[in-house]
Amino acid sequence: MSTVLLVAASFLASGVEAVEALTIVLAVGLVRGWRSPLYGTAVALVALTAVVAVLGPALTAIPLSALRVVVGGLLLVFGLQWLRKAILRASGHKALHDEDAIYREQAEEARLVGGTAGAGIDWYAFTIAFKGVLLEGLEVAFIVVTFGSNQGSIPLAAAGAAAAIVVVVVAGIKVRAPLSRVPENTLKFSVGLLLTTFGTFWGAEGAGANWPGSDLAILGLLVFYLAVSRVLVLLLRRTATPAPLLTGAE
Amino acid sequence: MTRLAAFGRFLYEFVVGDDPVIAVGVVVALALTAVVGDRAGGGFWIVPALVVCLLAGSLRRASTRSGS
Repeated sequence: MSTVLLVAASFLASGVEAVEALTIVLAVGLVRGWRSPLYGTAVALVALTAVVAVLGPALTAIPLSALRVVVGGLLLVFGLQWLRKAILRASGHKALHDEDAIYREQAEEARLVGGTAGAGIDWYAFTIAFKGVLLEGLEVAFIVVTFGSNQGSIPLAAAGAAAAIVVVVVAGIKVRAPLSRVPENTLKFSVGLLLTTFGTFWGAEGAGANWPGSDLAILGLLVFYLAVSRVLVLLLRRTATPAPLLTGAE
Repeated sequence: MTRLAAFGRFLYEFVVGDDPVIAVGVVVALALTAVVGDRAGGGFWIVPALVVCLLAGSLRRASTRSGS
């Protein structure tokens, strides 16, 4: 593999992982506010740096499958909770803003339990961003180490990965503003769909399943869950009585 | 003790949420996938299939409660 091909391969492979991490941070940030997901991202990057610094090329010894099962399973549980509530809202079985009251109650409990360290942090948003960035970051590190060591130049592979991350982050900053104008429940619906999709993909892959089409299966899962959710909304609307706060939910 | 109980409640709400059946079902789906592995067409279909069942079941329970 030539130098150009090594950088290009590392750029593309790392870009896919970076887009996956960005999608999660962007989705959670748009719905729950930016502070906590950005904290989660920063802590994940610090943890990732420490892991890479300590292990270096020995990084390939980390049991990535086990990590995928745990992260995927938790994302799936979180995603299904979001999706369930979004479907109930969109079908008229739940008022639009009741989750905010529950969230405030949970945040108050978190503050009471955690003292000053827990004050003001949305642990849901923090944890989701942390897990997504840590897992995808580890995968980028794997790509750099495996591509780089196979071709005898880890710095070149790292340069390709770094360029991909910069491009993805810049793209994320640019799409943030237009996305923030999307209706609230549509965003919540989208976050539920995305978390369920990524949770399914990572969890099953970590448990030993082979996805047809590899990473392209993520798109297939997203379309599948979207279709199922739309059908469930339509079915539930038949039995709904109008919820007073439900406006513009989709 | 009150703080410990509050923390336990927070942790439960945080991870499990409104419907514990979903959390249990996800664990079962991943365990089944691990058992099946590469057999039966790759086992990739197990989690999506169970997710649809879990979601439909949970919505049915919730809509029945909200309607009663």
